[in-house]
Amino acid sequence: MTVLVYLDHEAGAIRQASRSAIAAASQLGDVDVLVTGPDAAAAAKSAAAIPGVKKVLQVTDTTGSSELAEPVAALLADLASGYSHILAASSATAKNVLPRTAALLDVQPIPDIVAINDADTFVRPIYAGSALATVKSADAKKIITVRASSFDPVASEGGNAVIEEVALPAGPGGSTFVATELSKSERPELESARVVVSGGNGMQNEENFKLLEPLADRLGAAIGASRAAVDKGFVSNEYQVGQTGKIVAPELYIAMGISGQIQHLAGMKDSKVIVAVNKDPEAPIFQVADYGIVGDLFTILPQLEAELDKAG
Amino acid sequence: MKVLVPVKRVIDYNIKPRVKADGSGVETAGVKMSMNPFDEIAVEEAVRLKEKGVVSEIVAVSIGEPKAQDTLRTAMAMGADRSILVETDVVTEPLSVAKVLKALVEKEKPDLIILGKQAIDDDMNATGQMLAGLLGRPQATFASKVDVADAAVTVTREIDGGSQTVKLALPAIITADLRLNEPRYASLPNIMKARKKPMEKITPADLGVDMTPRLSVISVAEPPERKAGIKLDSAAELVSRLRNEAKVI
Repeated sequence: MTVLVYLDHEAGAIRQASRSAIAAASQLGDVDVLVTGPDAAAAAKSAAAIPGVKKVLQVTDTTGSSELAEPVAALLADLASGYSHILAASSATAKNVLPRTAALLDVQPIPDIVAINDADTFVRPIYAGSALATVKSADAKKIITVRASSFDPVASEGGNAVIEEVALPAGPGGSTFVATELSKSERPELESARVVVSGGNGMQNEENFKLLEPLADRLGAAIGASRAAVDKGFVSNEYQVGQTGKIVAPELYIAMGISGQIQHLAGMKDSKVIVAVNKDPEAPIFQVADYGIVGDLFTILPQLEAELDKAG
Repeated sequence: MKVLVPVKRVIDYNIKPRVKADGSGVETAGVKMSMNPFDEIAVEEAVRLKEKGVVSEIVAVSIGEPKAQDTLRTAMAMGADRSILVETDVVTEPLSVAKVLKALVEKEKPDLIILGKQAIDDDMNATGQMLAGLLGRPQATFASKVDVADAAVTVTREIDGGSQTVKLALPAIITADLRLNEPRYASLPNIMKARKKPMEKITPADLGVDMTPRLSVISVAEPPERKAGIKLDSAAELVSRLRNEAKVI
């Protein structure tokens, strides 16, 4: 069996989540990968160095077509004949493209898997992680997205795969790429950060939310947010941790003023160590926190910074 | 211009789902059910387009058990003009639902199909993309802004780390993300009015669609519980524990 993994990359560097998807794919068979975009050549080089990758398919495209679901889904459907499974890390890109590919192949996709039982049977969360369903697919081919935090990423160096250029089909047309706007940040990527500092409703407003930055700076942390903080406009939704946002599993997760709604817990409960600061002693976040402080976060935040400076 | 809005009846998002003792699924009997929150956003967007004079008719569709008609009444109370209930007691999957919707699109010929990006029960996030694939029509998933002008729709989409804008020729498929709008509550007079709006009832067989699921559920289980830890009194103690006990800083 050979598995095709559609990789996400940023300016040629393969995202860690995609290396987790390769780890999942390795449990199923040999691994080929696909990279697309204007920086596909650089990404292909990085991908070829990943141990366990046999072949890299590279689509160099500067027209913006590779940003669109329609042609990429058509490409994956064309390539599918050579593969038993098509995988990708659960990202906005993969969720846009893979279900469309599945429709073209008359396959029911299997999103967000957290475990592989055998070539047909997978475990995936449902109801925002309130339950885990084990499902068996009757389809000849499987189209799967992988929850990256459930699979340890493979190494990024040590392999030597062949690289092959493939062409992007035109697709059905009707869609035009206009623009991408990325927000700039010096901080580590939320999904791969070793430490995440998140703020919730308790941060009160956009101005106060920025008070998390000095703490995050001291810990080299990414900044996250609960849905309540996003809905109230404290930060934009790319910060959102939870079932409908990012799923994270850092070594240390610090929840400041987050009550711990089910949908937030679904996004962070696999973190190694969880710290919660909340003024409500009954807040559900304390049921999953390893260390909790009941109190006013605006008092505790500067104390925490001072303590870190002291001992560090 | 006509818009088709598919809606799903799911366990209300405020209710914590309980896994059945026999591990066959999640208990829905006697549990409060509501319209999938992302579908509410889709209905709201269609209604706003109608209020702007861009859209002339909104057709809501639901596929599922007879009680899904409650969800269709809600959609009509929000502003949909009529509805179609496709009755089935088979477990619905995005693939089978997309096939039903494709058949309805071919019959109804809408210019725009707006769906929620994801149902909060099976969390599949697939039906819109699959419908677009089956129809061979353009798609814009995870929409946070929708502009219809000159037989085209410009959509701003949520992507990892920012946003993306695409322009689609109509007919097109859009899936709604959280920030697209804030859905209205249906007013009592509108709820009363919705009772009189037309609802057509058909079956997947009428549309020639085979609903047989491709995924069989082997088991459903509670996720492993995380244990509550300890409460500390000071920031100093926390930093000391993180450094010396948990060894994460």
